Amino acid sequence: MGGLFSYFRGLLGAREMRILILGLDGAGKTTILYKLQVGEVVTTIPTIGFNVEQVTYKNLKFQVWDLGGQTSIRPYWRCYYGNTDAIIYVVDSADRDRIGISKDELVHMLREEELANAILVVLANKQDMTGCLTVAEVHQALGLDALRDRTFQIFKTSAVRGEGLDQAMDWLSNALQARK
Amino acid sequence: MSSFKRDKKEEEDTGGNPYLNLDKTIVLQEARYFNETPVNPRKCSHILSKILFLLNQGEKLSTQEATDAFFATTKLFQSKDVMLRRMVYLCIKELSSLAQDVIIVTSSLTKDMTGKEDMYRAAAIRALCSITDSTMIQAIERYMKQAIVDKNPAVSSAALVSALHLSSTAPDLVKRWANEAQEAINSDNAMVSYHALGILASTRKNDKLSTVKLVTRLAKSPLKSPYALCLLIRLAAQLVENDDSDASQPYIDFIECCLRHKSEMVIYEAAHAIVNLRKTARDLAPAVSVLQLFCGSSKAALRLAGARTLARLTTKHPTAVAACAVDLENLISDPNRSVATLAVTTLLATGAESSIDRLMKQISSFVSEISDEFKIVVVKAIRRLCQKFPRKHQSLAAFLAGMLRDEGGLEYKAAIADAIITLVEENPEAKETGLAHLCEFIEDCEHTTLAVRILHLLGREGPKSRQPSRYIRFIYNRVILESGPVRAAAVSAVAQFGAQRPELLPNIRVLLARCELDDEDEVRDRAIYYNAILDSGDQQLINDFIIDVPKPNPVLLEKALRDHIATNPDEPFDIMTVPMEEEKKEEKEDIAAIEVRKPKQMTIEEIYSEQLAQVPGIEKLGSIFKTNMPLELTEAETEYRVRLLKHVYVRHIVLQFECINTLNDQILEEVHVRLECPPEYEIKSIVPCQKLLYNQPGSVFVVLEYPSSYLDSLGTFGATLEFVVRDCDPNTGNPDPGEGYADTYPLEEFYMGCSDQIRARGMGEDWETTWDRAANVPEISDTYALPEQDPAAAAKSVCEYLGLPKATIVGEAVKEIRGGGVFRGGAPFLVRARIASSNVGVTMLIAARSPREDVAQLLLAAVG
Repeated sequence: MGGLFSYFRGLLGAREMRILILGLDGAGKTTILYKLQVGEVVTTIPTIGFNVEQVTYKNLKFQVWDLGGQTSIRPYWRCYYGNTDAIIYVVDSADRDRIGISKDELVHMLREEELANAILVVLANKQDMTGCLTVAEVHQALGLDALRDRTFQIFKTSAVRGEGLDQAMDWLSNALQARK
Repeated sequence: MSSFKRDKKEEEDTGGNPYLNLDKTIVLQEARYFNETPVNPRKCSHILSKILFLLNQGEKLSTQEATDAFFATTKLFQSKDVMLRRMVYLCIKELSSLAQDVIIVTSSLTKDMTGKEDMYRAAAIRALCSITDSTMIQAIERYMKQAIVDKNPAVSSAALVSALHLSSTAPDLVKRWANEAQEAINSDNAMVSYHALGILASTRKNDKLSTVKLVTRLAKSPLKSPYALCLLIRLAAQLVENDDSDASQPYIDFIECCLRHKSEMVIYEAAHAIVNLRKTARDLAPAVSVLQLFCGSSKAALRLAGARTLARLTTKHPTAVAACAVDLENLISDPNRSVATLAVTTLLATGAESSIDRLMKQISSFVSEISDEFKIVVVKAIRRLCQKFPRKHQSLAAFLAGMLRDEGGLEYKAAIADAIITLVEENPEAKETGLAHLCEFIEDCEHTTLAVRILHLLGREGPKSRQPSRYIRFIYNRVILESGPVRAAAVSAVAQFGAQRPELLPNIRVLLARCELDDEDEVRDRAIYYNAILDSGDQQLINDFIIDVPKPNPVLLEKALRDHIATNPDEPFDIMTVPMEEEKKEEKEDIAAIEVRKPKQMTIEEIYSEQLAQVPGIEKLGSIFKTNMPLELTEAETEYRVRLLKHVYVRHIVLQFECINTLNDQILEEVHVRLECPPEYEIKSIVPCQKLLYNQPGSVFVVLEYPSSYLDSLGTFGATLEFVVRDCDPNTGNPDPGEGYADTYPLEEFYMGCSDQIRARGMGEDWETTWDRAANVPEISDTYALPEQDPAAAAKSVCEYLGLPKATIVGEAVKEIRGGGVFRGGAPFLVRARIASSNVGVTMLIAARSPREDVAQLLLAAVG
């Protein structure tokens, strides 16, 4: 019975999944959003505020919020936490200096009650740059080992080359559907 | 069918505004629904319109409430519904000034304004500009420039108008968009071209030279857009107004050329501009004939425009308007009552005495059909007629009384009452009839303020009439029938009769005794107060406290009370320290104008009170006693012009040095005044002027404490202006780099006299009795020989020293000065000086009486 129900729900498009893309400024959040939506790399400018788009991935509809990462805008992230199904946290793997700040923001965010049930996907982005941190190093630097009670996965990506995004989205789709 | 009908009827009953009883808290609660996903566009639009309705009704949201509502609204960007998005823009605009952190939607709006959806773009630009402050504006500059030259006229117009709004906060940045605006001016769309000219003109607002260039250039290659052309005519007319030389001729030619344009709007604008030019030597005929043609147009709007412009013209060019009399006559029976009213009032203003009766008959035929606003126009016209043709007062007053009986709002009734009151005051013959009409009116007057005013007038004028007793009945009826404030005013009016007409006194006492039993405190208090004074039988007392009560200036009284509460609330307040109200004749109004903005009559104390407020600690000085007329401390044609204002307080004086820098290649900084004062004065503080730009007045304030002894307060002050000069570019006003240099500028000496510290009071005929009653207060007298040869000249200069008006001088061969007033601090004084020529020259015997002996001494010292 439950299977039948979910089958219909799948047919009718169900509820849109609500996803937030977060991360420090210049990590590549807006690029990833539009790469997912239109499949192209667009020129972006620093996001003052947010972009919101509907993204369809393999017949699943996501409502994706890309929130600006500048220091002045980070305090407003929390205004958009409500009803969030998943968080895509984007890290600039080439920015060794600020990986610590990125970790602090992540830890701070995961403490929020509203996000307690949100699935976390970490993207170690800009893997195309020379001298960047490896996935393991990012994993280590963000302190992901310490995470308990959270469905999460880390992927290495390069948004400009379009590498790694599909794997990440596949995993996320499955994780979201499995949760029901 | 029947049920359908009933439904419809019910709908009508409950119809009207569905938002009428909205509650703020409930609506804000509903706004939380925006956080849900997915959003329901219909429901959200409805909630947004409720929020907009509340805001437009003047409902106040706290910053927190507004911010919460704003952030909830931003969630709606997830919906692609076009109508909802447009509601979101509206809400963002309304909340942008109330909520915090509104920049959060910058990216979303920038995307919408540059996106493909045309329905979004214009509205997104407007919303974006309303959330952008001067620090963020640079981030959107590129998009704004693109939008200005966009080929979609709605987008282009929105960008131009938003730029106009932004130019108030960031004028320099908007100036950089001039090239794009220039391009937009040639747009085929009339509105875009108009808006583009608007922004070009506003960025040049303070730059006459480039305005001249702009107008000259555009006048040569006529604009296609009639709207833009109208604006250009206004700009040209402004240039003509500001330029008295012949150089303005080309603009006048241009405006006249526009009289032959094919668009009515442009023709009207040109005619309007020409007839309103300050220069009167122009040939008005073409413009007036255009207006005349408009009067005969089939379009009501044009007839109104023509009639209204001609109506305004009556003061300046009565002959030109008189020439249009025939056309205006035709408009009297116009189906549009506003047009008819303007025609009649204009004819009344220009016509002869003989035509009045006919025109009045015309007006009365339709006066009940026109709106209050135009009725007021009629009343004002009649009021002027009363002044112009006093002999017609009977029929005019009867007409006004008739209007008074009709239905109408307070403003309308007040205008009529005003007209009758002026009639009563200015035309002695009309007094009795006018008062009778007013008496009749207050019998059935629902406006408390008006009733109180009329009762006051009856109290003032009634006792002087032939049959005062007939007014008392009307006034006493009010005591029986009306509300508290009116009853109180009636009691005061009745008391006037008792004070001025001794034969009525016994009756009045009976009436007042009855009023002493009133329910209302104020009414009782007044009745007891007046009864007690009337009982005393002391004529002086009755005169000072009933008939001729001095009235302080209400604005200054309010300020004085406020200061008093702020500084020393425990001490009793002394009303004598508040400057008196000077009786001022009303200025003559323009004839037949609908919107006459009369410059408010202000006393010098009121004018400067705002500037004085910037002196720190000024409120501790108490209320201001007097501000003296300005004194020039420099020659007229000098580099820096300085004039001095002496603001006198009870124990302090504030010297305000109002400086103007007349050199356009200099900026003065840190402007101080170095003061050399008489020994007993103490400088409390100096407020320098930080920056003195070219031709913009700035003030240096010096607060001094008066010497403790009044006698020491006379003396001479020396002053020098000290400042740092920085050279600047005469055109832009930008200072040159590098340090400035210090410089000084000597000012003329000035004197602190007795007249500065005195507020004279007009004394009138009963001076003699006042003087006699003051027989027991200390008196000081002395005899002086004066340098003048002529007693009249000597008397004038003595008046000047004492700060008394010339009107206090009486007598022929022997001049006698009879004056009095109040010294700062509130001590009253009387002074009498007899001046006569003798064999040695002119001698003066002067005597001063004051409860404060030192004030009397000071008065003598001042002339000695």
